Amino acid sequence: MDLNATIIGQTIAMIVFVWLCAKFLWPYIIDALEERQQQIDDGLKAADKSQEALVKAAAEADEIVADARKQATSILDQAHSRANEIVADGKADGVKERERQLAAAKAEIEQEANRAREELRGQVSAIAIASAEKILNREIDGKAHDDILGKLAQEL
Amino acid sequence: MAAEGGHGPASSAEYITHHLKNLQYCKTESGDWVWNECAGNFWTINVDSMFWSVFLGTVFFFLFRAIAKKSSVGKPTKVQAALEIIVEFVDSSVKDTFHGTSRLIAPLALTIFVWVLLMNVMDLVPVDWIPVVLAQWVFGIPYMKIVPTTDVNVTFGMSFAVFFLILYYTHKAKGPLALWYDLAMHPIAPSFKGPAIIAAPLIILFNLILEIVALFAKPLSLSLRLFGNMFAGELIFILIALMFSGNIIIGAMGGVAHLLWAAFHLLIVTLQAFIFMMLTIVYLSLASEKH
Repeated sequence: MDLNATIIGQTIAMIVFVWLCAKFLWPYIIDALEERQQQIDDGLKAADKSQEALVKAAAEADEIVADARKQATSILDQAHSRANEIVADGKADGVKERERQLAAAKAEIEQEANRAREELRGQVSAIAIASAEKILNREIDGKAHDDILGKLAQEL
Repeated sequence: MAAEGGHGPASSAEYITHHLKNLQYCKTESGDWVWNECAGNFWTINVDSMFWSVFLGTVFFFLFRAIAKKSSVGKPTKVQAALEIIVEFVDSSVKDTFHGTSRLIAPLALTIFVWVLLMNVMDLVPVDWIPVVLAQWVFGIPYMKIVPTTDVNVTFGMSFAVFFLILYYTHKAKGPLALWYDLAMHPIAPSFKGPAIIAAPLIILFNLILEIVALFAKPLSLSLRLFGNMFAGELIFILIALMFSGNIIIGAMGGVAHLLWAAFHLLIVTLQAFIFMMLTIVYLSLASEKH
């Protein structure tokens, strides 16, 4: 094992290879590695973010659904009460209408009855007078009993 | 195996020494370049070590680059995922240890780890395969050590680069005088007040000696640790390979021993690459730390 100029040769070779590695090898590999690390990091962050967004969106959706449900309930309630109101109104109207019609019918009936009575009275008195005239014409002068006959007609 | 061939060495000692020799090319005093007669000559290149180290470095670079170029951010392939495991492992090691902001430390650590790992893995190729093929059938190359990290020159070369980086980062983080300040004022802080000032030069001298040794021990231990582990592993593989030239029983035992040692060596191979990388990061982290 003599020491000789191979030392110098090897030192030069080493400098050359280290230079080659530092210039043409290391940057490519380490850049690719770092870029991938960055990508993975970004991907994980994005996943976290979307997870958060998902949770948020779900909460929002829940809120919207709850709101809608509340609205629906209130609308339903309103509709119910309105329907009840309408029904109640209808009932009241019906009752009123019935009473009105009943009253009208009663008045008409009464009027009709009155009219029939008047007519009947007239006819009865006419018949009574006619019959009395016939009797009296035969027996006595009708003039003596006129007041009695008048009174009779009045009573009818 | 090699012993069976007509060109092979005769004795086991020759077999071993043959396997421990590098293919060398050197400039002699007369100015000629010659092969393999280079003992004691500094201007020698271990051609096999340099070839395999540069070859494996190139394999590392182009393989990783080919995968990195085809890499996709969204849908990584399995090969890309494997590469990214290595890169992330190195990157996290650097981030855990080095707290400065340097664009160099991480690629440096990646290069060291993968390159040293590849060079160490050559140890698992059976010791005779490539040398015998090259020697007998292809080029007639007499010596071929295919594991660069069993060559002390290679490990020293790498630790020198690290050493220069230590000096550079100390300078960059703490200014030009910081290195000397670090060397002179640690581990015992000299006092400049009152009569203690007499002792100050002595303390500084003591510190200097201690810290300079410590400073040089860093690259030395870094390279010798790797070299020692890989050299010892290689030597054991060579010894096991020697058993293959014995009779069939010894050969079978050699096969079992080879498998066991290769399995164990797999740990050493990975561990040493990791240690080299980790210590480099630690040294540079210490160098660039402010007080």
